[in-house]
Amino acid sequence: MKVLVTGASGMLGRQTAEALAARGDDVTVLQRRPSGLRLQEVLADVADASSVAEAARGHDAVVHAAAKVDVVGRWRDYERVNVQGTTSVVEACRAVGVGRLVHVSSPSVAHAGAAVVGAGAEPAHPTAARGHYARSKALAEQVALAADGGPLAVLAVRPHLIWGPGDTQLIARIVERARAGRLPVVGSGAALVDSTYVSNAVDALVAALDRCESARGEAYVVSNGEPRPVGELIGDICRASGVPAPRRHVPFPVAALAGAAVDVAWTARLALPGLPTPGDPPLTRFLAEQLATAHWFDQRRTRSALNWTPRVSLAEGLTELARAAAG
Amino acid sequence: MSLPAAPPATVWPGLDPVWSRRVVAPDAGGVPRTWHLLDNGAAPEHGTLLCVHGNPTWSYLWRRVIAAAPPGWRVVAVDQLGMGLSERTPPRTLAERVDDLANLTKALGITGSVVTLAHDWGGPVSLGWALAHREQLVAVVLTNTAVHQPPTAAAPSLIRMARTQGVRQAVCVATPIFVRATTALSRPALPRAVREALAAPYASPAARRAIGDFVADIPLDPSHPSVVTLDAIAEGITGLDVPALLLWGPRDPVFSDVYLRDLLSRMPHADVHRYEKASHLVIEDAPRVAEDVWRWLGDLVPQADPSVRSASSPPGPVRERSGGGDPPGAAAPLWGALSARVGDHATAVVELGTHERRVSFDRLERTVRDLAGGLVATGVRPGDRVALLVPPGADLTAAVYACWRTGASVVVADAGLGVARMGRALRGAAPDHVIGIARGLVLARAMRVPGRLVAAGLLDGASRRALGAPLGLADLVRLGRGRPLPPTPEDDAECAVLFTSGATGPPKGVVYRYGQVRAQLEALRTAYGLTADDRLVAAFAPFALYGPALGLASAVPDMDVTAPGTLTAVALAEAVSAVSGTVVFASPAALRNVVATANELSPRHRAALDGIRLLISAGAPVPLTLLLDVQGLVPQAELHTPYGMTEALPVTDVSLAELEAAGPGEGICVGRPLPGVGLGISAFDDLGGVEAGPTTRPAVSGEVLVRAPHVKDHYDQLWATERESSRTTGWHRTGDVGHLDDDGRLWVEGRLVHVVRTASGPVTPVGPEQRIERLDGVSMAAVVGVGPVGTQQVVAVVVPSTGARPGLAGPELAAAVRSAAGVTVAAVLVVKDLPVDIRHASKIDRARVARWAARVLEGGRVGRP
Repeated sequence: MKVLVTGASGMLGRQTAEALAARGDDVTVLQRRPSGLRLQEVLADVADASSVAEAARGHDAVVHAAAKVDVVGRWRDYERVNVQGTTSVVEACRAVGVGRLVHVSSPSVAHAGAAVVGAGAEPAHPTAARGHYARSKALAEQVALAADGGPLAVLAVRPHLIWGPGDTQLIARIVERARAGRLPVVGSGAALVDSTYVSNAVDALVAALDRCESARGEAYVVSNGEPRPVGELIGDICRASGVPAPRRHVPFPVAALAGAAVDVAWTARLALPGLPTPGDPPLTRFLAEQLATAHWFDQRRTRSALNWTPRVSLAEGLTELARAAAG
Repeated sequence: MSLPAAPPATVWPGLDPVWSRRVVAPDAGGVPRTWHLLDNGAAPEHGTLLCVHGNPTWSYLWRRVIAAAPPGWRVVAVDQLGMGLSERTPPRTLAERVDDLANLTKALGITGSVVTLAHDWGGPVSLGWALAHREQLVAVVLTNTAVHQPPTAAAPSLIRMARTQGVRQAVCVATPIFVRATTALSRPALPRAVREALAAPYASPAARRAIGDFVADIPLDPSHPSVVTLDAIAEGITGLDVPALLLWGPRDPVFSDVYLRDLLSRMPHADVHRYEKASHLVIEDAPRVAEDVWRWLGDLVPQADPSVRSASSPPGPVRERSGGGDPPGAAAPLWGALSARVGDHATAVVELGTHERRVSFDRLERTVRDLAGGLVATGVRPGDRVALLVPPGADLTAAVYACWRTGASVVVADAGLGVARMGRALRGAAPDHVIGIARGLVLARAMRVPGRLVAAGLLDGASRRALGAPLGLADLVRLGRGRPLPPTPEDDAECAVLFTSGATGPPKGVVYRYGQVRAQLEALRTAYGLTADDRLVAAFAPFALYGPALGLASAVPDMDVTAPGTLTAVALAEAVSAVSGTVVFASPAALRNVVATANELSPRHRAALDGIRLLISAGAPVPLTLLLDVQGLVPQAELHTPYGMTEALPVTDVSLAELEAAGPGEGICVGRPLPGVGLGISAFDDLGGVEAGPTTRPAVSGEVLVRAPHVKDHYDQLWATERESSRTTGWHRTGDVGHLDDDGRLWVEGRLVHVVRTASGPVTPVGPEQRIERLDGVSMAAVVGVGPVGTQQVVAVVVPSTGARPGLAGPELAAAVRSAAGVTVAAVLVVKDLPVDIRHASKIDRARVARWAARVLEGGRVGRP
């Protein structure tokens, strides 16, 4: 099968491209900067419809993993990469006759800040989604799933909290903050959260590609199916990475307030021309909510529809993380 | 004619707009009127369920019944004229409302079988219709309603107040106070959207006029024009021989249990279910009413649902039992062994304490006989219920046997339930008489337990009169001397009502018949080889009563029987020595304290304990370590632990030696079934359901099913619970889960309601809990589930022996618990202590722990369970 993978500069896109190639698929990757993978490569902006259509020509399937995932930024940047990017992928698939599209989404597209306790994949809800990232991904998923029909089979996979060795998003941030002593436990730290070891997410995307026609038109939440108290999970990640686990507790209302203040401050700085682009903020309201409320999912439908089960357990994943951290 | 405007359907949660329709039919006076009704429009293959609301609700009340209707049933829920979305009319009398409804059903073409269902003042209207349509009537179902004002009860004060002309206008019509008050009776409060929907048709004074008219039509005085109609209905239903179901919210301040009893006196064959926490709007407070109505109707129409029992039980509580065996009357009465010892001056009962009391068999037999005569003289009739609020000892023993000799049934609620729950349990059982010590009588009055009061214990006349109990037991004994007694009760007459401990919900009344109690005595006698040479020491309430029936001397140690932990080693030894005891019954909590106080024993005490041949620990699971400690104190005794429940005791038995040989396993080993007891497992399906028939295959987990001649007859006024527990014909579903092993031993793994339903199948709590509790540094553990059924996560809540602030366990403890549990554990939480039941102080309230864990793991406030 000839497969185009967008966003191979990210951990998930990259490892998915490698996994597909390893099993014998003919893989092309598309992203802005060279990936360093020994695969056919197109360097392009995913929002550039004609480049994407050109790249997609001759492919049987597309795995669309490219996205802006930063915790802060301007809405127009999220909108361009996540919404327009998805639109150009969908149009490209239609224009050149691609048969399958696996869209990488996020469980945050369907949730509005309340605790998520064993929920399934509710429909994406752009107006209720919290923050630019979740809102733009919600719109993107709607665009993708609306394109399902006729010769093009589309489904959306929503992995929850992907982590693994080499992760520059979750793990790197936790480790960096823990090392700097800037990582508090929000609330009691007992909120139960799902997470996904990266290889399991990769397997799920490969499985989704194979089941794209029978499972088409719908979204599937993917996780390890091993929810853990968020404080314990972060502690385990810190220990595996060789940094001190957080001890300081911050009550949720304080964290949420601080997060909200940060949202305002960062937005202001981004809006002012001439100032240097800021790095990651200490905490956003979205993050404070994510750290203080339960987020775990019913995996039964996903597992039967995609014929997939997580291969690497949480404990095995942590061992891998520790091995990578030890160098 | 004026029709209220229909508010948008979106404000009525649960109501499907397609049910809503308007029909024109002539009223009682022939004037065409527009009715609003909900009608599922189904073909009435089995019949039509005709639902009539009360005041001031409307057909919306029945939405769940309509939604749950099985195929073959048409459901028609009307808005009475002037009410709901029906036409506003001049005031209507009860007789007119009955005729209005008859004209409507005619217009609707309801010609086949009909079941009526009604609430509040819809009750008399529906019953009036029922009496006028006997040829169509199949059954009646009533929820909190009344047809008669019992002379013993004041009229509902709320209604009496609302009947005053000015108040009525102000409360019912000019303001929505009555409408709002009706929907505000529920605890916990009804969802706002439901309260709004119930009040929706009554937004203006004009729309509310009929509410006031309805209240005015309640005949509280004999000159009222509707008295004749209501009396005729009340009379009429006395002869109504169709099956009847009464579904009741006992917390109703308007239609209290007094009205339930009045209805039952008219329809003694009715099935009853009291939803303990429900109030006036019983179907709102207990939404399962809807399912229960259909389940009950399904039993009347067996072909409607092939999964139900092949034939419905005959209406009424009297039921044929499998395994009963003996023909009625053939066996000796319960007091046979006692009567046989008249003239025997050997000690029968010893009550220890500051005033030691000894009663000989001869004396006890005479007291029982005379007391029975006194009870008869003061109005106790065969079949009456007599509540006994007397601590174990000579008085209680005499009272119990005297009640039985009159053919009455004893209601025994122990203080281990907690005062409030005990009071509610007693009120629900509706005793005709209450015999109690001062504290018991005060409780009975405070909790509005019905029944005539009799004082027990040392109370002077003035105190007795102050308590409302003019006579004491001694007076009855005097009164009863030489009086003839009724014949020996039949085996199928009601003998006792006992209460479950309520560890998993409100206490349930469990009804035994004479034959079943005799079978229980026989089961105990055979299981433990009891002979005339034995003497009992019973530190565990139920067994304290059985000495005389077994013909054995018995002693109750000096202790607070409501708090088993107050039994000391010395008190036990004194009781043993007082009767030269050979057999001891005690609960684990009592034994724990006996071991803790063993150093106070003198050599004389130890010598007395050497005479014990058998020690039985009953009531709750016993840790092996405790049994081993106990063995050290009673070296000659064999230690046994029976397994059973208020509904069936004993079921199995295991000795200490067998327990040690069995070793650890998945759950608690409770041994093999006793002779005459059948055991089966109803296997779990993937979702943790237990619908399979009983199997004895080893290693299959599921609900434990029991059959034996001494299994309870039924739950008292809990029709739906009874049906649930006896849905496998001939078996009692215990609500416990477990499995049998290769040697036929039963291992109990927990309660069915506590099973965690994970995506990979059911997880039972006890096995993991035991493994976690074996860890160093853990004194107690509860394993519970959080999340939706079918995808629940397992959570371990542990009590560290060093104490802890409630919250997340530290990494070391969490890791240790996870590796010990043997199941995947999502979270490990720590607490200072776990909530346990009052009676045994050992059954963990896992449901409460689960609610707490769910809140904490959602990210909510930690607090404590």
